[in-house]
Amino acid sequence: MKRERVIRWSHWRERLVVFILTGCALVSVITTLAIIVTLGVEALGFFREVSLWRFLTEREWTPLFATKKFGVLPLVCGTFLTAGIAMLLSVPLSLLIAIYLAEYASERFRRVFKPVVEMLAGIPSVLYGYFALLFVTPLLQKFIPSLSDFNALSPGIVLAFMVLPTIASLSEDVVYAVPQSIREASLALGATKLQTTVRAVLPAASSGIIAACLLGLARAVGETMLVTIAAGQMPNLTLNPLEPVQTMTAYIVSVSLGDVPHGTLEYRTIFAVGLMLFVITLVFNLWGLGLRERFLRTLRGM
Amino acid sequence: MEAELTIGKAALARRRREIWMERLFLVAAWLATLLVLSLLLTVVTDVLMDGWTRLNWKFLTGFPSRRPSEAGILAAWVGTLYVMTLTAAIALPVGIGAAIYLEEFAHRNWFARLVELNISNLAGVPAIIYGLMGLQVFVRWCRMDVSVLAGACTLALMSLPVIIVASREALRSVPNSIREAALALGATKWQMVRDHVLPLSLPGILTGTILALSRAIGEAAPLVTIGIPTFVAFLPKSPLDPSTVLPIQAYHWISSPLKGFHQNAAAAIIVLLVILLCMNGIAIYLRNRFRQRWQI
Repeated sequence: MKRERVIRWSHWRERLVVFILTGCALVSVITTLAIIVTLGVEALGFFREVSLWRFLTEREWTPLFATKKFGVLPLVCGTFLTAGIAMLLSVPLSLLIAIYLAEYASERFRRVFKPVVEMLAGIPSVLYGYFALLFVTPLLQKFIPSLSDFNALSPGIVLAFMVLPTIASLSEDVVYAVPQSIREASLALGATKLQTTVRAVLPAASSGIIAACLLGLARAVGETMLVTIAAGQMPNLTLNPLEPVQTMTAYIVSVSLGDVPHGTLEYRTIFAVGLMLFVITLVFNLWGLGLRERFLRTLRGM
Repeated sequence: MEAELTIGKAALARRRREIWMERLFLVAAWLATLLVLSLLLTVVTDVLMDGWTRLNWKFLTGFPSRRPSEAGILAAWVGTLYVMTLTAAIALPVGIGAAIYLEEFAHRNWFARLVELNISNLAGVPAIIYGLMGLQVFVRWCRMDVSVLAGACTLALMSLPVIIVASREALRSVPNSIREAALALGATKWQMVRDHVLPLSLPGILTGTILALSRAIGEAAPLVTIGIPTFVAFLPKSPLDPSTVLPIQAYHWISSPLKGFHQNAAAAIIVLLVILLCMNGIAIYLRNRFRQRWQI
């Protein structure tokens, strides 16, 4: 009798545990749903008053002024200007580092240097912002006198180092994962090590490297405090890196800091901009993850 | 004879060029690593030089003030530790639970795949989006107001994907022979996880969690978005009280036009760095102290 009770109890306990653990796993799904619902509901309220067409095509963003304009282009432009500068600098640097670590460096150097690269990702973004505003910008102004105090260039440069760990470590993984047989074949045909790397290993790893860059770009687009501090708070439809710009993230911060009452159109703008930011990063992330998945699958087939 | 010699010369020239290219690449790679190192050093020394002189007892135990030289960061660092503890208390059990489910209990079905895909996507969602979600869900719908608890819930959801991934890796590193031994002795699946797999992987899980928390605590964006205030002249007594945190206090001072406040910002960032350094130190200690070498 007693034995039976114990068995029944443990049976029930087992079920209860699975139930609770499934609940924990569900939290992540609920988080995604919560993000989509909260952004969607408020953004829908916004788009009921301002048409999606006006939002995407008007060229001025002045929702807090007396004459309101709701063209999101200046914010998108500012975002991609800073992110673009960052990628321009970060991709070559990361690739150099990734290739060096995967193909040339000794095991000891890898062990020491990889944590150093990781440390770049561990520095809080306020510190990067502080550094960009009070160190990099004054330094650059010595060479470029026309550079304004807030500009896209200096946060762009600093942002490059913020996303470097993402791109470098993801691409190092894929370069490292290229099968040895490809290298051996190329070397056996008389190619030098660099030729082997550039013409045999990199093409084999290319989709994985592009995936790493896309995931890095998603981070650059979503970075907030650095660009809020150093790029300025002026929506500016320009591609001139010397002028102040406002990114989508910086706009959300600037409204959150003010006291815009809840439920107004101005309050809803941050959710519309947030939804746009979410969709943009989601596209880059899904694209990057998909490419990476395909790369790893082809590797297994090799 | 003549033709052969020219071919030989051309080959030699090409060979020499290849060697030069190789060297050039190595120099470029070295410059890149040097650049990363020097940037890291410059970032840290710059803030240390600026803020060092402001670090004193009065600064650490004072409340904010309109005069830079009298302002302190007591509320900010207490708030940071408070938010961090609460975040850990929320994120750790849920993260470990989800990881155990995915590694030990889930069948390879659509639900497990959905959760996995979802987690890798969530890891790429910008921090500020979590802020917008937290503002709506925790501050408005759950009526937590702009409190320590609302901030901690937001940060917990943000760091959950990283914690789950790290915990899964730790669980996976436990060899299957342990599981088989437990099951063979008649343990149920949960007994096997609770008594054997989980204790063995706990150091790895904690290491990953601490690193994830140190990332979360340095991130000001989500907390700014939910409206965490910057000028707080009291300490939070309950989780439902508002409080400020170090990165937000630093941001507030950076955006002030007064030079003296910039120094304060640097000093606040130094304190934040010290906290992060301590957390990373604990993580490294845990990793080295409890590192398992499996002999199978």
